[in-house]
Amino acid sequence: MSAPVAGSAISADDLELLARLRRGDEAAFTQLVERLHGPMLRLAMVHVGNRAVAEEVVQDAWVGVLAQLGRFEGRSSLRTWVLRIVANRARTRAVRERRTLPFSSLDGLDEPGRPAVEPERFLPAGHRWAGHWASPPRSWGDVPEERLLSAETRAVVERAVELLAPAQRAVITLRDVEGMTAAETCELLGLTEGNQRVLLHRARSRVRRALERYLDETEVGR
Amino acid sequence: MTDPTTDDLECREVVEVVTEYLEGAMAPGDRLRFDDHLALCADCQAYLEQMRTVVRVAGRPVADAVPPETMAGLLRAFRDWRR
Repeated sequence: MSAPVAGSAISADDLELLARLRRGDEAAFTQLVERLHGPMLRLAMVHVGNRAVAEEVVQDAWVGVLAQLGRFEGRSSLRTWVLRIVANRARTRAVRERRTLPFSSLDGLDEPGRPAVEPERFLPAGHRWAGHWASPPRSWGDVPEERLLSAETRAVVERAVELLAPAQRAVITLRDVEGMTAAETCELLGLTEGNQRVLLHRARSRVRRALERYLDETEVGR
Repeated sequence: MTDPTTDDLECREVVEVVTEYLEGAMAPGDRLRFDDHLALCADCQAYLEQMRTVVRVAGRPVADAVPPETMAGLLRAFRDWRR
């Protein structure tokens, strides 16, 4: 392995973990699996769109990770490197299954896209304040934190994510659910930066609407 | 709030570029216009805050538990690889 160049993406923690993995340290491997198995599965899911197939892809990707571990040069983080292996295998598998990639079909990027907020919530043309809020959003600053982060609220958001068009779901899953960067997401999904951003915008806007509806309904009578 | 001029962003426009703003992908001039609007519009401040809340609530709070049989299978593969 070549020495990592200054400014490379691999962290000191990753380098240590990598050294332990190469020595055959089972605890290090267990740690890696616990950290990455979930993200790997969700990444495979957005590519193949089927849980059982996604699990096979991840299984297969782990075999690939082990086979290539000796050659990994540390030019990216361990996580990015592993997820790249998953993305490659998932794409190959999606083609073999003669599935178009779920997020490249139906992504509707050519369509003008629905407005982020219902048009009737803004003042109409001709009004002195045309285009400004008629029915403004409520501040969520007074919603207790434990309520926002409750299992119930999270379930509302998860459900809203599930209902999104595949491409939007793929992007918001990697960006906001997994906390990946825009660059990682573009690479793993094969999207341009601009398209990634449009999809993220549409996804977040839809999820915001669902969350607003839920919070408004359940706040009634409080 | 001052009278809207042609140069001002409308709230309707703000909600369409809010992700670009949060992503830091706006051209400097557009960012200035956005900040100018925001400084005077409590409703759009609330909207921006809502979008930040969406991101926070969507985030996975805990690592997923790996099913024991999956872990056992992967550990077997790891031992084979080590040999």
